[in-house]
Amino acid sequence: MKTFKRVMALVMVAALCLCCFAACGSGSTDDTTSSAPADSSSAENGSTTPAADGAAFKIGSTGPLTGDAAIYGKAVMNAAQIAVDEINEQGKIKLEFKAEDDVADGETAVNAYNKLMDWGMQILMGPVTTGSSIAVGAKSYEDRVFSLTPSGSSTDIIEGKDNFFQVCFTDPNQGTGSADYMAENMKDAKIAVIYRNDDAYSQGIFNTFEKEAKAKGLSIVYTGTFTKDTATDFSVQLTAAKAAGADTVFLPIYYQPASVILKQANDMNYTPTFFGVDGMDGILTMKGFDTKLAEGVMLLTPFSADADDAKTQAFVKKYQEKYGDTPNQFAADAYDGIYILAEALQKSGCTPDMSAKDICEKLIEVMPTLKFDGLTGEGMTWAKTGEVSKAPRAVVIKDGVYVTPGK
Amino acid sequence: MSKVKSMKKSSVRNAATYGIVVLAFILVSIFSKAGVLSRSAQGLLVPACCYIVMAISLNLTVGILGELSLGHAGFMSIGAFTGVIVSMSLQAAIPSVALRLLIAILSGMIIAAVAGFIIGIPVLKLRGDYLAIVTLAFGEIIKELINCLLVGIDENGLHFIFNPTGAKSADDLGLTEAGKVIIKGAQGATGTATIANFTTGIILILVSLFIVLNFVNSRTGRAVLAIRDNRIAAESCGINITKYKMIAFVISAAIAGAAGALYGMNYSNLTSSKFDFNTSILILVFVVLGGLGNMLGSIIAATVLYVLPEALREFADYRMLMYAIVLILVMLATNNPTVKNLFMKIIPGKKKEKTERKKEVKKEGASK
Repeated sequence: MKTFKRVMALVMVAALCLCCFAACGSGSTDDTTSSAPADSSSAENGSTTPAADGAAFKIGSTGPLTGDAAIYGKAVMNAAQIAVDEINEQGKIKLEFKAEDDVADGETAVNAYNKLMDWGMQILMGPVTTGSSIAVGAKSYEDRVFSLTPSGSSTDIIEGKDNFFQVCFTDPNQGTGSADYMAENMKDAKIAVIYRNDDAYSQGIFNTFEKEAKAKGLSIVYTGTFTKDTATDFSVQLTAAKAAGADTVFLPIYYQPASVILKQANDMNYTPTFFGVDGMDGILTMKGFDTKLAEGVMLLTPFSADADDAKTQAFVKKYQEKYGDTPNQFAADAYDGIYILAEALQKSGCTPDMSAKDICEKLIEVMPTLKFDGLTGEGMTWAKTGEVSKAPRAVVIKDGVYVTPGK
Repeated sequence: MSKVKSMKKSSVRNAATYGIVVLAFILVSIFSKAGVLSRSAQGLLVPACCYIVMAISLNLTVGILGELSLGHAGFMSIGAFTGVIVSMSLQAAIPSVALRLLIAILSGMIIAAVAGFIIGIPVLKLRGDYLAIVTLAFGEIIKELINCLLVGIDENGLHFIFNPTGAKSADDLGLTEAGKVIIKGAQGATGTATIANFTTGIILILVSLFIVLNFVNSRTGRAVLAIRDNRIAAESCGINITKYKMIAFVISAAIAGAAGALYGMNYSNLTSSKFDFNTSILILVFVVLGGLGNMLGSIIAATVLYVLPEALREFADYRMLMYAIVLILVMLATNNPTVKNLFMKIIPGKKKEKTERKKEVKKEGASK
């Protein structure tokens, strides 16, 4: 009898657990469908794209869909999905797209990459962040899978790997680009720099910025650092920058700490010109951030949603309709990335039944010969190393949108 | 007589632990040879081994020594970066991957042990919560120190810069043309040759199991257990508390260093921010869930909890939420006396043990 009671108790516990699971499971799917217009859930279940009798190229991507840098990952996946849908509509070439979450962590990114390989991925359009790209790059090089990262910007990603290409600028280009822009347009600026010294991206840009600034004779009056754990309070750095008389603050960091800096600077009535790089992109769509604080912030980005060319306008409109957000530079990079792949695939004469290895070798040959006009630049070309060449562009935030300075 | 019996019992349990690890290795090898194992499962093998070894190592500190350490990822980090530096600098000198792996793991072990000794001096003077907080601080200090480290190699040897202000970059290392930067401060170690493999991971698990299980059954181990169970009584018996605590702590750090070295050589990109407080807690969760002092439990818990987030990928954005729910349920279930009793019944070894213990108690009562 006792045993029977015990067994029954266990069965009940198991049943309860199952109920919980079932409830959570259905709850999550409900949420997913209901919030679909607002965020990117359609990107995760990338199977939304018709698989057209298996005659489609399988393109995979990994990026942070949850966690600190989720805005980037979601933007990339949303825009990639738009591009894939458009290309499928045109019908010249069929693509299938699948995204996996990597939380911007190298270890998880490798797991996500393996998951995509199980799915049968032929081409990788990712990862989104630098650290993940380096970690995954080693694997995709071994497996000979052609990889094109939309937004991984460090030179370490492409170093020594013939199969890895970039859509965005490399960090050194961003650092030197920022310094060149300042030297040209704000020669007498007294510059303070606040950067995160435990982050590959931030440190990388700072190093090249400092070098170029020295070469161009810019004066850096203060350099402040922070780390992941101290990214919540910047009063010390800002006070020091103010005391040093800085009238321009260069922030080669991601938008989240930048939003704290803008808030705290505003609270202490310190109003220098803030100058960011592409990591600053996304600040306007950040939840709970007062966009008034970002008024007058300058940033170096290859894409601005207010540009008046037809291509950008069409893309922005479509993105807004589908996801209710203004696309940022990451979205544009990903949109271009898919189109670049489509063009390269067509030019190389690859067919969907080819193995990832064969596609990789063919695309490696084609990439340096490609000349691509996209949202993030006209006449983009690639070196054999995988580095892209295009012109950087500075924008300033005015009334909550990016505009070209002096407009 | 009962002494002989209990020794036998423990060695049977130890043999079962080794057996399960070896069995898992054989099964996985067969599956991967047969091509049944998916790529994502194969990709999880090496990190899972690393986390298992970490759990064994932390179980020595928390379960056997009875001191809560919240900075264990720090030792992993030391081992990882030491391993990466050693393996990258020996790349030309030692072409054999296995040998390089061995040397890298051993040096990760040694450096982590040294760090464990240095940290142990102030830490082990404390007790309970204070000790936990200080280990937490040390974990963070290690992370920040590695953030400031620039390391490169060329034909003249290794170049180190300690860069606390962040003002210097890899260019200041003064490397020659043929030189190569191994660690770029906050950007971590990039471009590491990934030479870790599953077999090494399993061997590492077996070796660390061997060390820990034999340690527990040794004279030193019994002293450590005595300290855990009653410090004052142990002290009054003439046991040198600091010495034995230090021995256990250093061994634990050394094993963590070995795990870190293997982990570091499995990824071509490694930053010290990976080994933060969260990682320490993750490993602690493995240990607590597996049972304090229970090595087999640690191994199973580490495997299951490491694979779980990947297995839950179907839930997309809700995957970490699901992970948390599963964690809570498992914690509740394993602490439920009904479930516990049931496990006792299901596992015959445990049942026997229980009845034997009862018999012993009866005997003792009778002799009195």
